[in-house]
Amino acid sequence: MPAREKILRYGLLLLVLLITVGPFLLQLSTSLKSADEDVFTATPQFLPSKPTLDNYVTVMETLPVLKYARNSLIVAFLVVTGNAIGATLAGYALARLRFRGGKLVLGAFVATLVLPEEVTIISKLVTIQSMGLSDTLLGVALPDIIGMLNVLLMRTAFAAIPKEMDEAAIVDGANAWQRFLRIGLPNVRGMLSVITIFAFIGAWDNFLWPLIVLTDPENLTLTVGLNYLNGTFSANPRLITAGTMIAFIPVVIVFATLQRFFFRGVEEGAIKG
Amino acid sequence: MISRPADRAVPAARRGGIVHQRWFTPWVLIAPAAAWLLIFSIWPVINTIILSFTNAKPLSGGRFTGLQNFERALNDDQLADALLNSVVYMVVCVPLLTFLPLLLAVLVEKRLPGITFFRTAFYTPVIASAVVVAIIWSWMLNEQGMLNGLLQQFRVIQEPLPFLTDRWLLLFSAISLTVWKGLGYYMIIYLSALGNVRRDLHEAAAVDGAGPIRRFFHITVPGVRNTMLLVSVLISVNALRVFSELYVLSNGTGGPGGRDMSVVMLIQLYSRGFTGHLGYASALSLLLLVITIGPMLLLTRLGRDDRKGT
Repeated sequence: MPAREKILRYGLLLLVLLITVGPFLLQLSTSLKSADEDVFTATPQFLPSKPTLDNYVTVMETLPVLKYARNSLIVAFLVVTGNAIGATLAGYALARLRFRGGKLVLGAFVATLVLPEEVTIISKLVTIQSMGLSDTLLGVALPDIIGMLNVLLMRTAFAAIPKEMDEAAIVDGANAWQRFLRIGLPNVRGMLSVITIFAFIGAWDNFLWPLIVLTDPENLTLTVGLNYLNGTFSANPRLITAGTMIAFIPVVIVFATLQRFFFRGVEEGAIKG
Repeated sequence: MISRPADRAVPAARRGGIVHQRWFTPWVLIAPAAAWLLIFSIWPVINTIILSFTNAKPLSGGRFTGLQNFERALNDDQLADALLNSVVYMVVCVPLLTFLPLLLAVLVEKRLPGITFFRTAFYTPVIASAVVVAIIWSWMLNEQGMLNGLLQQFRVIQEPLPFLTDRWLLLFSAISLTVWKGLGYYMIIYLSALGNVRRDLHEAAAVDGAGPIRRFFHITVPGVRNTMLLVSVLISVNALRVFSELYVLSNGTGGPGGRDMSVVMLIQLYSRGFTGHLGYASALSLLLLVITIGPMLLLTRLGRDDRKGT
């Protein structure tokens, strides 16, 4: 690649970086600014002159942000565990075991994909209420414990394992459960990581559903709580920015640690919408 | 010990005759997912249809009221505004989000040193919660915010622009937020598709003296045409489903006079509290289903052709 093209490409990359990541950095910088620094001016200093974690301490002491974070973690934990187990088991059965009605069940899973989740939130709310779970974290997590898309993604991953491996194991007398543990699982770790990342991010970032289910301020998840605080404490951007960073940083860490699985899938052409 | 059973099992398995599991094993593995499918996907659709014919309120059952909710929808000015907003949302988002992410994907396709960092960084707005980014944006867009400050400093405007309090400016602020947040998402879909565009075509065209712009329009674009179609359908459906951006930017009010509502915001509005009307919210949900199902069905169609084609 000629040097001129290289410079042009890196220049463009940096420009897009500024547009996509800039607002987050600005937010991070504001959250680190001390009380005597002006954060209201139209042209704020980019770097805090005296970086401090005071705002984070204040947010955690005076606002229930830690409680919100704990609530979000509980929901995310339930959703991640449920999907890792439920979607994996079902995906395996649909991909590797033949049984009467299997095609029909698969068709039903696929059919749900054309259904935007917003269409059914009202009747899901009614279902959650009739289970006595209104205004509970379990009620927030329950509908997402097994995602239909995740079942289908796991099915695709299991289906990619060569048939001969199963046949060899059958010759050795392995039953379905042993084949699942020894041949199936070790070969789908990449996809399992991908659905785990997105189950976590989806649960952690979800806003509409917890907003509808939760009413007690004690029970709010981080996104709903932040929206609430944003309305109440908009006069103090340092606190709001610290709060948004507390909501943002965990997903960045989860994504950064597991992103190689995601991008490997992208390069293999496995991820399509 | 002349023949072990396993010896017979192999050819049988190849023919697909004998199944090597107890009959109930697949059902045990599928049971949890199937239960969720029934309780949280299939039943809610049926129940939404049932509820839409009732006057159900939050935490109380309703009575059958026939077509009343649908009649109400026909005369609902706020709903008319919401549908208009959805159309504007779609018309602006589709061209922008179909082309900009493709350009981005072309930019990050080459394996330059550090490219993984850039790809990951460009994806950050996607993984951030819509609430988090909308709070950041509302902070940059308000009357004392950075954008107004910069525009005033460079004398583009005299008075601050009401990005968050004007009916149309608020809608366009939300749209630009959606576009910004979607760049990385569609970039990844394109990146995946670009891997399948034939490299030798690019090389041949370069030898023939075709510049990068001509190669983009004559090789890259035709090569990812199906993906562009898929992406524009996804953008349309997502534009119809918009909620968080408008909700947070307008502080839950839906802007001046509540005219910046989306259909989903109306569903949320009627889901709880004293204004709650689950029957009407269900009728709106069915409306949402009707307007999204067309593009969604096209999507499954595309997915099928895609697999057949390659």
